[in-house]
Amino acid sequence: MRVNTKSLLAAGAVAVVATLGLASCAAGDAGSEGDAASSTLTVWVDAERVDALQGAADAYSEKNGVKVDLVGKDNADIKDDFIQQVPTGKGPDITMGAHDWLGELSTNGVVAPIELGDSAGDYLPVAIDASTYEGTVYMLPYAVENIAVIRNADLVPEAATSFDDMIAKGQAAGLTQPFVVEQGAEGNPYHLYPFQTAFGAPVFGSNDQGYDPTDLQLGNAGGEQFATWLASQGKNGTGVFNTDVDGDIAKQAFLDGTAAFWLTGPWNVGSAVDAGLNVAIDSVPSPTAEVASPFAGVKGFFVSSESKNKVAANDFLVNYLGTEDVQLELFEAGNVLPALSAAAETASSDPIIEGFAAVGAEAVPMPAIPAMGSVWQYWGIAEADVINGADPVATWQKLTADVQAAIQ
Amino acid sequence: MSTTIDDEVTAETPKKPTKRQRQAAGVAEAASGGVKMLLVKVLMLGIVDAIAVYAIFILISSEQWLVAAIVGVVTAIVNWIYFSRTKLPAKYLTPGVIFLVVFQVFVLVYTGYIAFTNYGTGHNGSKEQAVSSLMSSALERVPDSPTYEVTVVDQLGELGLLVTDPDGEASVGTSDSPLTEVDAEMEGGKAVAVDGWTTLNFADVIARTDEITELAVPFSDDPNDGAIRTPDGSSGYLYLSNLEYDAAAGTMTNLSTGTVYTDLGTGAFTSDDGQQLLPGWQIVVGFDNFVRAVTDERLAGPLFYVTLWTFAFALISVASTFFLGLFLAIVFNDLRMRGRKYYRVLMILPYAVPSFLSALVWAGMMNESFGFINQVLLGGASVPWLTDPVVAKISVLVVNLWLGFPYMFLVCTGALQSIPEELQEAATVDGARPWAVFRLIKLPLLLVSVAPLLIASFAFNFNNFNVIYMLTDGGPRDSNAPIPVGFTDILISMVYKVAFTGQSRDYGLASAYSIIIFIVVAVISVIAFRRTKSLEELN
Repeated sequence: MRVNTKSLLAAGAVAVVATLGLASCAAGDAGSEGDAASSTLTVWVDAERVDALQGAADAYSEKNGVKVDLVGKDNADIKDDFIQQVPTGKGPDITMGAHDWLGELSTNGVVAPIELGDSAGDYLPVAIDASTYEGTVYMLPYAVENIAVIRNADLVPEAATSFDDMIAKGQAAGLTQPFVVEQGAEGNPYHLYPFQTAFGAPVFGSNDQGYDPTDLQLGNAGGEQFATWLASQGKNGTGVFNTDVDGDIAKQAFLDGTAAFWLTGPWNVGSAVDAGLNVAIDSVPSPTAEVASPFAGVKGFFVSSESKNKVAANDFLVNYLGTEDVQLELFEAGNVLPALSAAAETASSDPIIEGFAAVGAEAVPMPAIPAMGSVWQYWGIAEADVINGADPVATWQKLTADVQAAIQ
Repeated sequence: MSTTIDDEVTAETPKKPTKRQRQAAGVAEAASGGVKMLLVKVLMLGIVDAIAVYAIFILISSEQWLVAAIVGVVTAIVNWIYFSRTKLPAKYLTPGVIFLVVFQVFVLVYTGYIAFTNYGTGHNGSKEQAVSSLMSSALERVPDSPTYEVTVVDQLGELGLLVTDPDGEASVGTSDSPLTEVDAEMEGGKAVAVDGWTTLNFADVIARTDEITELAVPFSDDPNDGAIRTPDGSSGYLYLSNLEYDAAAGTMTNLSTGTVYTDLGTGAFTSDDGQQLLPGWQIVVGFDNFVRAVTDERLAGPLFYVTLWTFAFALISVASTFFLGLFLAIVFNDLRMRGRKYYRVLMILPYAVPSFLSALVWAGMMNESFGFINQVLLGGASVPWLTDPVVAKISVLVVNLWLGFPYMFLVCTGALQSIPEELQEAATVDGARPWAVFRLIKLPLLLVSVAPLLIASFAFNFNNFNVIYMLTDGGPRDSNAPIPVGFTDILISMVYKVAFTGQSRDYGLASAYSIIIFIVVAVISVIAFRRTKSLEELN
C-alpha cells in the first residue's frame, strides 16, 4: 500500500516537473517570437559609465523602438571577453573600448568597419586618425585622453618654459623633488613619451595608412640622444626620474605639496582638486627646442563583426552617439575631452579640460598596430635600466634590436 | 515494508497489536523515511528537474545539441538513482561526482583540447567568420564619392535600394540589377517611395538586417565602378572591394596586387611566399604546441632557469614554513610557556589576512626608496629588496614564509597533541636527550600525519601564482631574455605572461605548458606519496 502511495507521489512529481518544464518552455517561446529579440542592441560598457549612457540609450529606444541593453563590464576584462565571445555568437553588438585595441581586435576578426560618412569631418583629427586602422575606420570615437603637467599654482605661480626651467622654478620654491612622474620597476614609457618625441624619436614612422610597422623610428639618432638625456636625469645624474616612484607615490608627493609638477592624465585631476589644491594644467615642458607631444588615447565604440543587428548598431553609433548632446552627456560623466569638435569646444569652457585639450592638440595617437605589443614588451624595461644607470646608448641600441627582432 | 503489519491491520478481530509488533512497525516506518521525507525528496528532485528541463529548452533553442543531450542524460540518471530503493552509495556520491565533473574534469579536458589547437590572437573563430571579416574589412570607399541618401525598398521579397544622388536624381537597383533612374516620390530632397516597390520603415529595416548587410547594388554595368551599400539603412556609400573570395577554389585574391592566398592547412589564407592574411581561424595542430614549448629557442634559456627556480621556490617554501611552524608548535606546546593562547592567536594572524592583500602590503614595504623597511627600520638604507635578482628571490621566499608558517604551525600543533606523553616519558626514563627524543620519536610520528600535507603544500607552492604576481610580478625583468620574463617568475607566472600579456595571446601554447606543469607536479606527488607509505609502518 505504501508502495502505491510512493509511486503515486512519484507520478505526481513527474507531472509537476513536466508542467514546470512546459511553463518555462512557453516563457522561452514568448521571448523568441517576433522581432523583440532581434531588435535588442547589447552594448558592453565600462561599469563606471553605464549611468552616463543610460539616458542616451533610453532616449534612443524611445525614438526608434530598438531596445538598448547596457551591460556594465569591468574595464580590465572587456577586451579579452569581447575577443573570446564574439566568435561564439554570444558576444555583444557593440562594445566600448580604447583605440589601441584596434590592431588586436582586427587581427582576430571581431570588429566590423564603421562608415562615418560626412560626419568624419566633425571630429577632432586625432580622434579620426586613432579610429582608423589600415585605412578603414572601425571605431566611433567619443573621448580623447592625454597626459599633461599638473602644476600646483600656489607653489609655482607661473608655467615653466622648458624642462630645466621647471626644475629650477621648483627648486626656487624650496622643493627638493619638484617634478614627479609615475614610473615603476619596469619603467613607464607612456609617461616618458613626450620627452622622447621632443628629441624627434617617435616609435614608428607614418604613411597614408597610419603607422607603418616596417618603419621603426625608435632607434634613430634622436632616440639615442633621448636615452643619454634620460640617463643624465636618472639615478647617477640629477635623480629627477626614479623607478621607485610608482603611481601612488607620485600622487602622494603632489598632494602633500612636496612636488609642484606632476605629469599625469585627467583621471588624476579629481583627487588633486578634491584635496583643495589650486591646480593649473600646462603643456609638457620640453628638454629641447622641439615640442614634447604625449600620446593621445581615444575611447570609442566598436561594432562586433558577428552582430545580428549591424544596421541598428551603426545607426545608434553614427547617427546618435555621434551627436553633440550625447557626447556632452558622456563628458559630464567621465570628464574627458569629447571627440566631437563641437562638443569639445563646449567642454573646453572648463579651464582644466581646456588645459588638457591644448596639450592634446599636440598629441599623437598611440599606435594600435600589433607590432606595438612588441615595443611595449621591451621599451619600459630599457628605460628603467637607463634611469638606473645602464649605458644609455648601448641599452637603446639593444632595445631597438630586440623590438626589430620581435616584429619580424 | 513487511506485509505482516498490513495483515495485522486488516485482521477481522480488531485486537491491539502487541508491543513488539508496534515497535517493528515503527522501525519500518522510520526506515522507509516516511511520507514527509518522501515529499521533501520529491520537491527537491522536482526543483532539480525543473531547472534541468529549463536548461534543456534554452540549450535547444540556441542549438547546443550535445550539451542539451548531456544535461538530459544526467538528469535522467539522477532521477533513477534517487527514486530507486537501493543504490545507497550512489545517493551519497552523485552530487559530489557531478560537481567534480563540472568544475574539475571538464576544465582539464577543455585545457587539453585547447593545447592541441592554434587558439590565440589571429586564430580566434571559425573559417566562415574569418572570411566574412576579411571581406568586410576589404571594402574601400571609392575616393571622392559622395554620400547617397537611400531608402530601403522591397519588391516581392527582394530588397532594393532607392538611391538619391547629390543632384536629386532618384534611381533604384538590387544586388542583381544595377541602378536605373526612376521617377520617385520625393520628400525633403530625398526619394522615399517609388511605384512597384514597398518602402520599408525603420523597424522593418532592422528586422531584415542580415539581408541589408549583404545588399550591394552595382552602380553600373561595370563592376569597377563599385557598389552602393548602406550601413545604417538611411545613407549609402560607394564601395569597391580589394579582395575576392573564390568559394569553390577556397582562395582569396588581392585585386590590387593580384596575390593569391590559399588555405594550406595553416589556419589562415597563405600566399606562396608565406604571407598570411589575418584573421585566420582555429585548427587542430596536434603536438605542435608541446614541441614548441620545449624546443622554442626564444624560450629555451628562460625556461631552464625558471624551472630551476620554481623547484627551489617550492621546496624551500615547504621546508622553511614547515620547520618554522614546527619549532613554534613545539615551543607553544611546552606547558612551562605562559599565555600560550595569546601567542597562538598572534601566530594565526598572517594566515587570516588574504594573501593578495599581504603580498601587496609587503611590496609597498619593500620599495627601495620609499618602503617602510628601508626608510624606517634600516634608517634610510637602499637595499634593493625587489629589484636585484638575488635579493628579490630572497624577499619572495621570506614573504612566502611569513604567509605559510601559520598553516604549518596549526597542523603541527594538532599532530603533536596526538602523540602520547608516555612515549616521551619512557624515552626520558631510558636516558634519551631531548634532541634524540625529538629526532627519533616525535618527528617520525609527526611525519606520518603531516607528510601528505607537505606534498600538498609543495604542489600548491609550485603553482603559487598569487604571491609572485602581487609581490614582484616576476620582476626584476631579465632584459636579456627574448620574452618578458623576470628573475622571480615561476613556471605558472611565465605561462601567464606568454599567454595573457602584450598584444598577442597564445592560448594553445599556454595550455600545453599547463599540461606539462600538471604532469610534473603529478609525478612528483605520486613518487612522494609512495615514499610516505613507508612511514606508516611506524604505527
